[in-house]
Parts: sequence; C-alpha cells; structure tokens
Amino acid sequence: MTQAAVVELDDVQVTYGGATVLDVPALGVDEGEILAVIGPNGSGKSTLLRVAGLLERPTRGVVRFRGRPVDAAHSLAERRRMAMVFQHPLLADMTVAQNVALGLKFRGARDERGARVGRWLERLGIAPLRHRRARTLSAGQAQRVALARALVLEPDVLLLDEPFAGLDAPSRAELLPDLGAILRHDRVTTMLVTHDRGEAQTLGDRVAVLMAGHIAQLDATARVFHSPASEVVARFVGVETLVTGRVTARDGGVTVVEVAGRKLEIAAPARIGEDVRLGVRPEDVTLLLASEVTPLSSARNYLPGTIVRVTPSTPAIQVVVDVGFPLVATVTARSLVELGLAEGIRIIAAFKASAVQLIGRQF
Amino acid sequence: MDLLWSGSRQALALLAGADREIWGILWLSLEVSGSATLISLALGVPAGAALALARFRGRGLVVSAVNTGMGLPPVVVGLFVTLVLWRSGPFGDLEILYTPAAIVAAQAVIAAPIVTGITLAAVGQVPREFRLQLLALGASRTQMVWLVLREARLPMLAAVMAGFGGIISEIGASMMVGGNIKGQTRTLTTAMVLETGKGNFEVAIALALLLLVLIFLVNWLLTAIQQRHAR
Repeated sequence: MTQAAVVELDDVQVTYGGATVLDVPALGVDEGEILAVIGPNGSGKSTLLRVAGLLERPTRGVVRFRGRPVDAAHSLAERRRMAMVFQHPLLADMTVAQNVALGLKFRGARDERGARVGRWLERLGIAPLRHRRARTLSAGQAQRVALARALVLEPDVLLLDEPFAGLDAPSRAELLPDLGAILRHDRVTTMLVTHDRGEAQTLGDRVAVLMAGHIAQLDATARVFHSPASEVVARFVGVETLVTGRVTARDGGVTVVEVAGRKLEIAAPARIGEDVRLGVRPEDVTLLLASEVTPLSSARNYLPGTIVRVTPSTPAIQVVVDVGFPLVATVTARSLVELGLAEGIRIIAAFKASAVQLIGRQF
Repeated sequence: MDLLWSGSRQALALLAGADREIWGILWLSLEVSGSATLISLALGVPAGAALALARFRGRGLVVSAVNTGMGLPPVVVGLFVTLVLWRSGPFGDLEILYTPAAIVAAQAVIAAPIVTGITLAAVGQVPREFRLQLLALGASRTQMVWLVLREARLPMLAAVMAGFGGIISEIGASMMVGGNIKGQTRTLTTAMVLETGKGNFEVAIALALLLLVLIFLVNWLLTAIQQRHAR
C-alpha cells in the first residue's frame, strides 16, 4: 500500500458469545475513495462499520486511524474526525438546523457554524425545512438531515450504514444520486455498508463482499461484478445463471465451452479439456424472436430454447429460458409485451462472448 | 352537610382576611417541600440517569430497591430520620430535629427514590441506538448523557410533579421529625390534623383548600410546559 489508509482494520475479529461474527485480516478505506461493503443480512457488515467507527472494540486485532492504532474506549479525538450515518436516523427533539449543528457543537466549533449548517442544508435540499421540528419529518427527509449533520463536519471518513434501506423507493431514487454527486464532488472518503448491490455498483470505487464475517472478495467495483471470485460472490452480485462446462477448443481470442450439449463461445482464456464454471448476468442476455437474429452481430452466442418461467418484479421482469440448461434473462415490461413472451414460447437467447464470466478466475 | 357549608364559608372568610398564621403555614409548606424537591432532583436525576445508562452486576437489585423506595411509607422515613437526628444519633450534633430542616431532610428521603425511579424510566425510554448515533457524531460521554436527558425532559417533568405532589401532601414524617410546632414546623398537613382534632373545621377546610389549589397550580404549570413542548 503506497499511502496509509484513513481507517483500516488489521487482523480484526469480533466474537459474540463464542461465535465469530467478523474475521477481517485487512481492510482499509483509502483517501478520497468510496469503499462499498456488501453482503447479505447478518454477514457482519454493521459490526464491521461499528468497529471501523470506533463505536465497538473488536475482540481481537486493531483499528488504525491514519496509521495509528486507536482503542475504541479512548477515541474521542479520532471519533471527532469521523462521522457515521445509520439506517434509521434518530434525530434529537429539536429543529432541523439545530440537529445539523449538533456535531459542530460537540466539537465546540463556533466559527461560521450557522453558515456551514446553512450550506449543507442547501446541498441536501432541506433548507426549507430548517425550522421544522425534526420529529415531524418523513423518513426520507430525516435521512437527509442525518447526512447533513454528518457531512457538515467535513469528516476525514464518512461511514454509512445502509443509509437507503429505510426509505421508500421514490425517496431512495432521489437521495442516491444526490448523495453520490456530493461524495464524488467533494471526494469524501467513504465506507458504505449495504445489502443492495445496485447501491454498491452506483457509488463504490471498490467493493468488499462480506460473507458470514469473512471478506470473500475485495476489488475494483467492475471487477467484483464482472469476475466474481467465487460462486457465492457471483450469486450475490447478481449472476443468476451458473453452469459447468468443458473447454473443447481455443480459437484466437475465443474459447469454446460445451455446456449441456451446447457450444458457448466465451472471451476468457482457459485450457482445452478443463472443466470450468461459467456465469451469465441476466441483464447481459437478450431475448429475440427467430426472425430477428441477424441485427445483433456482436452477440456470439445464440441459443434457441423454451421459456419455462416468467417472474414479474421491479424494475425488470425475470425470464427463465431452457436452452439445455436454465438461462436467466431480464427484460423490460415493454419487450415482454412486444415479443409476446410467455411460458412455453420458443425464443432465442443471445449474449456476447465477453458477457460470460469465468467464476473464480482472476484475469 | 351543614357543617361542611358553614365551615367552607368561614374558611373562605379566613382566607379573604389573609389570616397571618394560615399564610405563614402555607409559605413554610412551600418552602420545605420545594427545597426537598430540589434536593431530591439533585440526587435522583443523576442517580436515575446513571442507573439507566450503566450496566453492572447487581443492577437489577438496585433498580428493584429504587422501585421499592418509590413506595416508601412516610412514617417509616419519619422514624428513620428521627433516629438519625436524635441527640445521640449519628447526626444528633446538627441539632435540627424539630426544625424545618429536619422536615426537608425527611421529605427529600421520600421524594428521592420517586425522582430516581421516574428518571430511570424516562431515560430508559430513549433508544440505545440514539446514544450510539450521538457518539458517532463525536459526542463526549458527558455531552451524550446531557442530550439523552434533554430528550427525556418531558417525561422527567413527571418526576418533578410526582416528587413534589408526594411530599407536599405527606404527613407522617413531617409530624414525627418536625413536631408540628406552631409558627416553626407547622405545615399545611400537620396543621389540618391538629385543627380537625380540635374541631376547628373552618381552619382545616381553609388549609385543605389551599393544599388542593397549590397542588393544582403546580401540576397545571408543569402540564402546560409539557404540552407546549410536545406539540
């Protein structure tokens, strides 16, 4: 590591009543980056954030702040250089502006307090609410106040614990890009914990995938999403189709893998005769009627099959096509109607060679 | 019924005539119970807050003790304080038995567990997560406790009401440690017992009216504060 991380966990373990809930050999958030920690519920994400935020002392290991080990029990100075936002913001029973000023008051920062509070109310779009009592706010407004009261501190590191999870879809859809813009513009060093891979993909520069207290993968966001280190990671980051095949040929940049009697062309290199695990993200699969095959010339794999299941959900509809193996695709509600997709219909599933991921292989 | 009516009429006349003795008794009662309430707040609020926020072995036992203390019989407190303040007792040298100071002490002993218990409940209602979020904003421990108390301020007004209400109308302890000495330790309640015993119903009724009005005013004031903030 060339530069010291702002906050880093070194050989950290947390056990509750003998059960290890967190075991992280090394994880740090670097200056100016957004590190997203994703994982299913109960994977230890919140514990990790509380440990990083010096609110909980790990059973073993140390937390370093700018290279220096800090004990959570004597960490006021370091805590005052951090700020944390929670899933359910609990605001004090005072006005919005007073809530936003709270952290500055704790620090005895009087200089331009009013101006700073005003600026952040403005940036989070809650300036008109400044005199409202915090208790009367909606969840979305309250979370904006919670973000303002953290960001106004201009912390060395911002810790976000599922900041969007408690919001309804419209509030979330408004807040996510707003917050993303602020974090990017100010280059706020951020550790974001979320169970939502979309949030991680939108905001994260790097992503750490936490599974049962262990980091299953830590890499640049694109790499985590496009070459997951293992099958559990692949599933968690949204790779729905996972199949095993045998490499039968190599031809230039293309590897041919036989899966359930079908020949797939993939862009990733592999040895002939090798058994490989392949993954395809549903959004990379296009469904076509037989008459439409030619236009998509860059798609190298055209697999005829039968639709076995259509599962409506938002924002996309999931369609499972039996092409010799179940292949999952997502389509918009519009194409569902236009293509007349329904169970039992014969269709062609197309995807590019580069869309096929070789699971567990870093390249 | 006739007795009640004629007594009430005479009582009103007494009050309208600003009977010096009656107003003196009222003032003493206010002074004594007010001081005792302040002392019980000074002791009970920190104790209740500490009990609500701290986790230690035997905490359950202490909490049970506090809850028992909330229903402490005033006569028992009276006996205890008398023994402690008795000439040969541990605080006998203070020579305050049968003075207003002794009544203040006894009433503070009665009110302190009430204030402690209600503070404990009020602070306990503030979510643990709220404390965590304050610490995450850089609050020191003291700043955190202060803000938690501030959050609990409305239910804690109930502590003031209950504490004051409990001791202004208390009689056993005041009688035992104060002695109901005319012009010195005679309070509203002890005076009422005496006057009723003597058959001076008009004076007893006048005192009873004063006591009721006093309790009403205090509760009205505190309720008004509560409702203004609760909006």
